Amino acid sequence: MMWYFLMSDAFTFGAFLISYGSIRFSQNFWPDPNVVFNAFPGAGHANLPLAFVSVMTFVLIISSVTMVLAVHAGHKGDKKGVIKWMAWTIVGGLAFLGCQAWEWHHLITGEHATLIDGKIEMIGQTMGGNPWGELVQGPELTAAINNTSHETLMELMHHQDASLTHEKLAAMSDPQMRGVLSAAELHIRENGPVAFGGYFYGITGFHGFHVFSGVIINIIMLIMTQKNVFQNKGHYLMIEKAGLYWHFVDLVWVFVFLCFYLI
Amino acid sequence: MEHTSTVSPEVTFEHHHSDEEFKRRVKKTTILLSVITIIELAIGLTIYSLHKSDVNRDFLILCIKGVVCILTIAKAYYIVSVFMHLGDEIRNMIMTIVVPLMLFIWFIIAFIYEGNSYKNLRNKYDLHFKETTMPQKHGAAEKHEEKPTEKSGKE
Repeated sequence: MMWYFLMSDAFTFGAFLISYGSIRFSQNFWPDPNVVFNAFPGAGHANLPLAFVSVMTFVLIISSVTMVLAVHAGHKGDKKGVIKWMAWTIVGGLAFLGCQAWEWHHLITGEHATLIDGKIEMIGQTMGGNPWGELVQGPELTAAINNTSHETLMELMHHQDASLTHEKLAAMSDPQMRGVLSAAELHIRENGPVAFGGYFYGITGFHGFHVFSGVIINIIMLIMTQKNVFQNKGHYLMIEKAGLYWHFVDLVWVFVFLCFYLI
Repeated sequence: MEHTSTVSPEVTFEHHHSDEEFKRRVKKTTILLSVITIIELAIGLTIYSLHKSDVNRDFLILCIKGVVCILTIAKAYYIVSVFMHLGDEIRNMIMTIVVPLMLFIWFIIAFIYEGNSYKNLRNKYDLHFKETTMPQKHGAAEKHEEKPTEKSGKE
């Protein structure tokens, strides 16, 4: 029965990903994933495309392998083995969730200079907009700098040169700051396709929810194993089913990884 | 269903491999999955560097993305057949799972085609849309992302 549930779940995910694909094909421009996902915890503003997501992918693959080993230990009726490998699987699942939480937090709160209505604003990636449009260049950029508010100018200056404290910046006038910024090499983008944020948070969120429920199921299985429920029953079939669900979560991530991060 | 297990009617396959063989198989699959993932990441970074160069290489990028899709399907195959041991189930069981998933072939083609045709129609009749969203060909920076192949959910 687990297989038929997983099949229906595959259709749900398939429908989400295909609607994402359909919307993406209907746009002239779509953000380059290497530009969006280039941060790594503790690495500051270093440009490290794909690094963090590859860590997440390996975490999930490894936790899938430990699940296989747990199921195998279950076949042999090896209670200790089941407990050991289930615990590692749970650790893997929690690590993945932690990574995802960090990634979301970074995307939502990490503000980037974006051209909106002719002036520069600092925005993060949300459902309502994202800073992943095309790069703005030439006269358009100059005009945008001239329209930008005092606060945003200060933020941009601070971004350019971290040694400029609030006091030093307060002493500078707007035209002064505009002069400095025009000479600097700014990476200002337009507002990206609105659908990008919604699809990203919707689909990775739905997958993250599956990981979360998988972790809960695994914890319950671990407790049941510890209480000898399966040993008394004479078989570890439930572990097998929880394993199927866990592998499915890994399988879906393979496709989410492909659609959002690789192509 | 012809099953020999006395444990549960839901077990439809036999465990015929020994401990050693099983360990070897899992190890092999793990290495295979890791290698494919590393190749995919390398390809992802190649696409990134191709985007940065001036030359218009849309077709090349499209081909590379096709390769990534094929690699992903290979990965999915190994996860399903070895980790989820669908490959060891009896044939009828495999068929009841795989045949309905064939729908995805139509599903993907139809909806990607739909999206693409919507874009073409809008570019033709809605000039405002075209002017505001069509990427300018300004070389050095982001070349726009043209029609990536999109595959999903197909196991």
